[in-house]
Amino acid sequence: MTLLQRLAYAALLLVAVLVLNFSMMNLAPGDVADTIAASMGGADAELMAQIRAEYGLDQPFLVQLGAYITRVLSFDLGYSYFYNAPVTELIFERLPATLLLVVTAQLLALLIGVLMGVYSARNPNGITNYFVTLFALFGYAAPVFWTGILLLIAFSLKIPLFPVAGMSDVTVEGGFFVEALDIAHHMVLPVITLGSIFLALYSRLSRASMLEVLGSDYVRTAKAKGLTPREVTLKHALKNALPPVVTLAGLQFSAVISGAVLVETVFSWPGLGQLALTSILARDTPTILGILFFSALVVIVGNLLTDLVLRWIDPRVRGRA
Amino acid sequence: MTKHFKSLMLATALGTAFAFSAQAEEPVRGGTLIHAMAQTPRHLNPAVQSGIATGAPGAQLFAAPLRYDEDWTPQPYLAESWEWSDDGLSMTLKLVEDAVFHDGEPIKSSDVAFSVKTIQENHPFKTMFGVVTSVDTPDEHTAVLNLSQPHPALLLAMSSQLMPIIPEHVYGDGQDPKTHPQNSENVVGSGPFKLVEFTRDQNIVLERFDDFFIEGRPYLDRIVYRIIKDASSRAIGAENGELHMLTFENTVRNIARMKENENLTVTDEGYAAIGPINWLAFNTGSDGPLADVKVRQAIAYAIDKEFILKAIMQGLSQEAKTGIHPGSPLYDDTVNAYELDLDKANALLDEAGYERGSDGTRFSLTIDHGNPTTKPQAEFTKASLSKVGIDVTVNSFVDFPTWAQKISNHNFDMTWDTVFNWGDPVIGVHRTYSSDNIKPGVIWSNTQQYSNPRVDELMDQAGQEIDPDKRAALYKEFQQILAEDLPVYWTNTLPYHTVYSNKVGNAPLGIWASSSPYDLVYLKEE
Repeated sequence: MTLLQRLAYAALLLVAVLVLNFSMMNLAPGDVADTIAASMGGADAELMAQIRAEYGLDQPFLVQLGAYITRVLSFDLGYSYFYNAPVTELIFERLPATLLLVVTAQLLALLIGVLMGVYSARNPNGITNYFVTLFALFGYAAPVFWTGILLLIAFSLKIPLFPVAGMSDVTVEGGFFVEALDIAHHMVLPVITLGSIFLALYSRLSRASMLEVLGSDYVRTAKAKGLTPREVTLKHALKNALPPVVTLAGLQFSAVISGAVLVETVFSWPGLGQLALTSILARDTPTILGILFFSALVVIVGNLLTDLVLRWIDPRVRGRA
Repeated sequence: MTKHFKSLMLATALGTAFAFSAQAEEPVRGGTLIHAMAQTPRHLNPAVQSGIATGAPGAQLFAAPLRYDEDWTPQPYLAESWEWSDDGLSMTLKLVEDAVFHDGEPIKSSDVAFSVKTIQENHPFKTMFGVVTSVDTPDEHTAVLNLSQPHPALLLAMSSQLMPIIPEHVYGDGQDPKTHPQNSENVVGSGPFKLVEFTRDQNIVLERFDDFFIEGRPYLDRIVYRIIKDASSRAIGAENGELHMLTFENTVRNIARMKENENLTVTDEGYAAIGPINWLAFNTGSDGPLADVKVRQAIAYAIDKEFILKAIMQGLSQEAKTGIHPGSPLYDDTVNAYELDLDKANALLDEAGYERGSDGTRFSLTIDHGNPTTKPQAEFTKASLSKVGIDVTVNSFVDFPTWAQKISNHNFDMTWDTVFNWGDPVIGVHRTYSSDNIKPGVIWSNTQQYSNPRVDELMDQAGQEIDPDKRAALYKEFQQILAEDLPVYWTNTLPYHTVYSNKVGNAPLGIWASSSPYDLVYLKEE
């Protein structure tokens, strides 16, 4: 596929996502009028009807769908019922917090994971290798919220090193540096929790990939030429072992929301994941659809970018248009 | 019923109004109270939004005519006196002189009139001010509420949670009060604290309002509400000292653990006016067995309330035998409590004509639950009823709207539910049993489709009875009849608890919990 074909395909995909999401939201029984009434502790029929009319929920489905698609195509994601604010504003308000958390966790996991993978591939029968394998399995298998609560009990309650919730402490006064430090302090536990999943993935994959490469002919040739083990590992083997890891990182990166929901809930991290959860519970349809649309956009763009990066590091891909 | 409370005003000013005020220590000024919140409020203006999430910060930002401590006696707040007319058809409020809003404008009787009108038009609890026909303002400090009928519920309706006094010069600018931008930012209130910032899903920061109308209050410099949705995180924060106060906590596991901590006080005091009650609701209007009162009574006899109280609630909640909260002076604890009695249950079911079939089953019912916290009760109901030959299918709904649609459209047999009293029975109790309130599509209306003319009559009379003793007698009969008819089977209060650090003085333990003003709350010297 040429790049142009890809873009057209991506656009079609997005519209399909819009229609599908909107239809699914409408299939679910109940609507925001119910949750607004509930948040008020009860309401009367007139008020419910008024809410439904106000948000156009009393219109036929196709009319609502048409209006929605038209709005989104003009870059308007609508207005949140629950927060009383434009959805776009809400998403961009929360995006930095989530990006900060996910990017930090991803980069650390990628760096440490690849190092661990390479190390254990170089020493496949060492004790470290078993340790890495065990750790990776554990990190991957343990439920996120469980890891989170466990870390909180250990490092917030038993040894009170880190705050229990939030992204910053409003009572901390100071310049940029003090506030940045405060945010970093709040980040430690959520980053470890989120990173542990990715770390497991990257270390396992880079280990497998390295083992495969290290057994190949050209590595044996390089060794025979008398290169040092370090040169062989870094120059010849690692470069060829990386593409699968990069692909996975790209895919994981796109799933920025799903990974963040649980971690953000446990640590009260004010990002997109929490916004998603709140709006799902409140049946705040515009916000849910907005986040889904945004996520789809991130996934599609992320995949395109992953492709481009792969072309750059892997000449074999470059050959294929 | 003429009341002047000048002397009481003096007493309150001396700070004796709260529970635990017997402690002879002098409150300390200053400090920042860190207060946890379990949900993010939609906005901060209780005049147009009910609920405890808005009520907590709302009660600090806005003052109300009256306030209450733990014994249900109204006390002066923004109104220094209040007086019923002899026929009970009007209520005269005298406002404190020199009270100002956060922007320095004086608080006038016209603001009271404006607040009543705004609440009437926008607040979901129509019964609070529904009978107020007009508000006269003979002078700047006198407001007279004229009523179409006597309405004793007005006294509780004049609390911070339900009747914040909002400035007409801000909210009367023609914008829809429900979506007014100043409900969330630049809030101009009349209460002891003013808004610094409200960051959705993160925190609400309030600071002392220096020109608050009660001299020398509030004691705290700041209140920071931290929005933490995860109950375990909140408990850890209380235990490690990061959070000074948690209110409306009802996760029994965490409460039990926090009780072990010697730096914390854990109490269930302070929720009597909120009045949260758990009950098993029956669709009495269905064409199945539940239309028969004997079947409903049999079900009540077959469910062991003790197990719910001791095992599911771990002894942290109180028994509730009627629809009125046990903490209310109107509660009647002499009604039949339906102690576990399987023989009686079986006999009643036989009498109702539902013989056991060849497989031992009499009939089948479904039970729904929308709130994950009532899942154990739903499972327990299934197990209990199988003993008397009723086969129960449990339907779990993970999300609230799905459940609400089903229940509010009377499309169910039984469901566990939690409903709040909101102070006076007229506000939060009548809605469940009134024939006029069978409204398809509206959750927490009379979804049981229960109808009894005598009960309607009693509610109507009690709602207008100004004499407290006569009123209590009417509500007693009301509770007796309901306990016979059993449109719902009440089991327990929701185990709401307030958890606070030993550093906190004058914790909010009056009937409105954290929906009351915090002008008396202080932090002790380290």
